[in-house]
Amino acid sequence: MTDIIIRALVVGILVSLCSSLLGVPLVLKRYSMIGDGLSHVAFGAMSVALALNAAPLPVALPIVVLSAVLLLRMGEKTKIRGDAAIALIAGTSLAIGVIAARLSGGTNIDINSYMFGSIWGVEKGDLYLCVPLAAIVLICFAVFYNIIFAVTFDENFASARGLNVGAYNMLLALLTALTVVVGMRLVGTLLISSLIIFPSISAMRVLKSFKGVILCAGILSVVCFSVGIFVTYLVDIPTGAGIVVVNAVMFFLFSLYGKFVKIH
Amino acid sequence: MSSDKFLECKNLTLAYDNHVAVEQVSFSLNKGDYLYIVGENGSGKSTLIKGILNLLPAKQGEIKFFESRNVGYLPQQTSVQRDFPASVNEVVLSGCLDRTKMLPFYNAKDRQKAKSAIDYLKIAHLAKKSFRELSGGERQRVLLARALCCEGSLLVLDEPVNGLDPIATNEMYELILQLNQEKKITVIMISHDIESALKYADKILHMEKRVLFFGSTSAYVNSSAGAAFLHKHCHGGESHD
Repeated sequence: MTDIIIRALVVGILVSLCSSLLGVPLVLKRYSMIGDGLSHVAFGAMSVALALNAAPLPVALPIVVLSAVLLLRMGEKTKIRGDAAIALIAGTSLAIGVIAARLSGGTNIDINSYMFGSIWGVEKGDLYLCVPLAAIVLICFAVFYNIIFAVTFDENFASARGLNVGAYNMLLALLTALTVVVGMRLVGTLLISSLIIFPSISAMRVLKSFKGVILCAGILSVVCFSVGIFVTYLVDIPTGAGIVVVNAVMFFLFSLYGKFVKIH
Repeated sequence: MSSDKFLECKNLTLAYDNHVAVEQVSFSLNKGDYLYIVGENGSGKSTLIKGILNLLPAKQGEIKFFESRNVGYLPQQTSVQRDFPASVNEVVLSGCLDRTKMLPFYNAKDRQKAKSAIDYLKIAHLAKKSFRELSGGERQRVLLARALCCEGSLLVLDEPVNGLDPIATNEMYELILQLNQEKKITVIMISHDIESALKYADKILHMEKRVLFFGSTSAYVNSSAGAAFLHKHCHGGESHD
């Protein structure tokens, strides 16, 4: 029992941190839907994996990463706009996932758990995958923090300084892909994008500097996770959904605070 | 003014895929020159800037820098920046980043550079404020401070007074002139404001995909290209309320 709780807490805190940190540049760059698109891809990949009796996370990982690359390329190089590209890929993946689920004998428990998360079902194998992936995301974010800021704030200036803006956008998309795959366990594919978006926009209501927003988003996300998992443990409601609702409530409170204290 | 050659553009042609935006452009600048690039929308001004900033490879011809190709750049503001949570300090410091750094962290020297840029442009009182709470003129000063952190001998500005009120516009022009004269920074500016060009520029490059005119400001006024453009865009040329 304690093993289950520890695994849940470790994965939960790591996912909360990764998603909230990445959320800040994604939201500011108007890329927040990329998390949503990738989560649909993750759902499709996971459905197919379950239909083929393969382990969902190792199958979903390369597919989601590949889609992240594809999404950025489509947004930048072709005539299909970024938001339309995301909708196309998300829709296709969802459709494939639903068909795979049906062919493999209807929506089963496993698919449900990946759609809405099953934090108490985190197994040892998941942990071995989740912890290194989350560590990669956090380390990359820390090392490239200044460049992430510069590229997010002003791509034109950054590229004039010789920074490879395309490569950093790609890095951001790849880190998001990793986070989405890891987050499938916590809140499920359908809710992971809220975990990416909520903490950062809440933090932006109240704080004025980039560093402040990043730190606040990270802390807020971990707090929301902790409150969410505690409350949903006491009252029997789905954990992933509970965490998202706590995030939504915090967003409301932060917005009120921002309005009253006149941040802008 | 010294006449050391600073930059030379020879028969430069720039293109996006197959669309040629700048064709056979030649001009040269001396150290400390103040160049205005003027022309109608879509005349290739911004594309030429991209070439100078090394963001677009030359299809033909070349751009030669006689000193280091270290350029401070003041791009146009983007919609992303309008509600961006970033302190003035953070924005200015980001000017210190470049590709030569092994690890992208700021050291004491960078912080010193940022501080002196902030002091030079007299925005120390804004340093802790958020970029999104500043006025248009204050924002441009902050972005100019960021460009100074690059410590380039060339400053490239893309319509720096766009959207500023007349007072802020004047202040911005005076600041740029001060940088040009005190710090001997060569300036290249894209502008629609032909009156300020006549007031501040040493040289004018009038583009229409190709070069319509390149030379000193006084020669421009008497050229046919200059006369026509002035007639169209100068307040004296049209009736204004």
